[in-house]
Amino acid sequence: MISVSARHRQGDFNLDANFTSDGRVVALVGVSGAGKTTLVNVIAGLIKPDHGRVEIDGAVLLDTAKNVFVVPAKRRIGYVFQDGRLFPHMTVRGNLFYGYHRGETIASPDEIIDLLGIAPLLTRKPATLSGGERQRVAIGRALLSAPRVLLMDEPLASLDTARKAEVLPYIERLRDHIRLPIIYVSHAMDEVERLADKVIRLDAGGIV
Amino acid sequence: MFDLNPEETTALLLSLRVAAVATIGALPIALGLAVLLARREFWGRTIIGNLVYLPLVLPPVVTGYLLLVLFGRNGAIGSFLDQYFGIVFAFRWTGAALAAGVMGLPLMVRAMILSLSAVDRRLEQAAETLGAGRLRVFLTVTLPLALPGVLAGFILCFAKAFGEFGATITFVSAIPGETQTLPIAIYGYTQVPGGDAAVLRLTVIAVIISMSALALSEWLARRVTRDIRGFA
Repeated sequence: MISVSARHRQGDFNLDANFTSDGRVVALVGVSGAGKTTLVNVIAGLIKPDHGRVEIDGAVLLDTAKNVFVVPAKRRIGYVFQDGRLFPHMTVRGNLFYGYHRGETIASPDEIIDLLGIAPLLTRKPATLSGGERQRVAIGRALLSAPRVLLMDEPLASLDTARKAEVLPYIERLRDHIRLPIIYVSHAMDEVERLADKVIRLDAGGIV
Repeated sequence: MFDLNPEETTALLLSLRVAAVATIGALPIALGLAVLLARREFWGRTIIGNLVYLPLVLPPVVTGYLLLVLFGRNGAIGSFLDQYFGIVFAFRWTGAALAAGVMGLPLMVRAMILSLSAVDRRLEQAAETLGAGRLRVFLTVTLPLALPGVLAGFILCFAKAFGEFGATITFVSAIPGETQTLPIAIYGYTQVPGGDAAVLRLTVIAVIISMSALALSEWLARRVTRDIRGFA
């Protein structure tokens, strides 16, 4: 069960959104600038909103009314960024296991590596990977950090059509084989229709 | 021509020791200052920044005199250190190292600030979401990515410390075997008749060491950058 509410003002932009979900894959959709990434950053703790509350499976991660703010490092939220953000100075293996120490993962490292088809890449550096490979490693890295929920912020947006088609099946396998709630941010309806069982639409900072 | 007489050899070895101690001593201080100045907002930040950079713009003789006032045997800090820790800077090689370190510090801090500011903050955020605390983020992400600049600053500081003259001679004078570093020895030889050959010898050595330091810093920076980018 995920419940999020946030009100936040950033320059001219006003975010005022709340939703709850117990679906497996929740899609957050909306045009760019609608506040999707801001909302996801609030969940991850990278933005502290003016007012808000974030609760995941009974754990309160943010409650501005009670002055609760759990730092990102302690939230156990797996975040797959749009641009991957792999550590360029580490190998794929170093990246994957960076967060692997904070508890039981939903599957063993070998299973996760296998599921994402990244076993042949382990000794490579991120700079030598294709865009699709990078995103698969980023997903693996997030999963190995034992998260309670996986946030995916437009993980395919920076990829061309062929690469998208390469990565999408892996995300579907993930959804079907790993019991982990996923919040999937996208503006591409075809991805959302394939993946999500609940759709939340954001527009100009609010839920519609 | 490289048959150095004992006095010249002593000056050369002393200079290397002074520069090494100054640079290694300045490293943690410079790193701490660079992190503060590059990454933190706090009251008095500008003042601290200006103080650090001051030796870069002050006449070295003024820096040397200020060191004498503060760290001399009767100086506010010098007398305290002498009394409670038995550490004496005045007219000792340690004082030469202190002067060299103070003069080299701004260069080291500057290079580190530039490279720390260039580190992608979004990678640090990614590390945080993976459960890394601030110290771990710094040691495993920030510092390795800033390493080329940190190394460049280290070597630049060494080169500066090796060549330091004005603040050193003002603070600790020119005692052969104790505070007479290579630049001070060169100056001394220019003041005596028949010193030309010695001046030339020591000058060539100074040029070689300084150019080697520059070459080494460029080579290291290239190497580390390549390692980071991953095209090794």
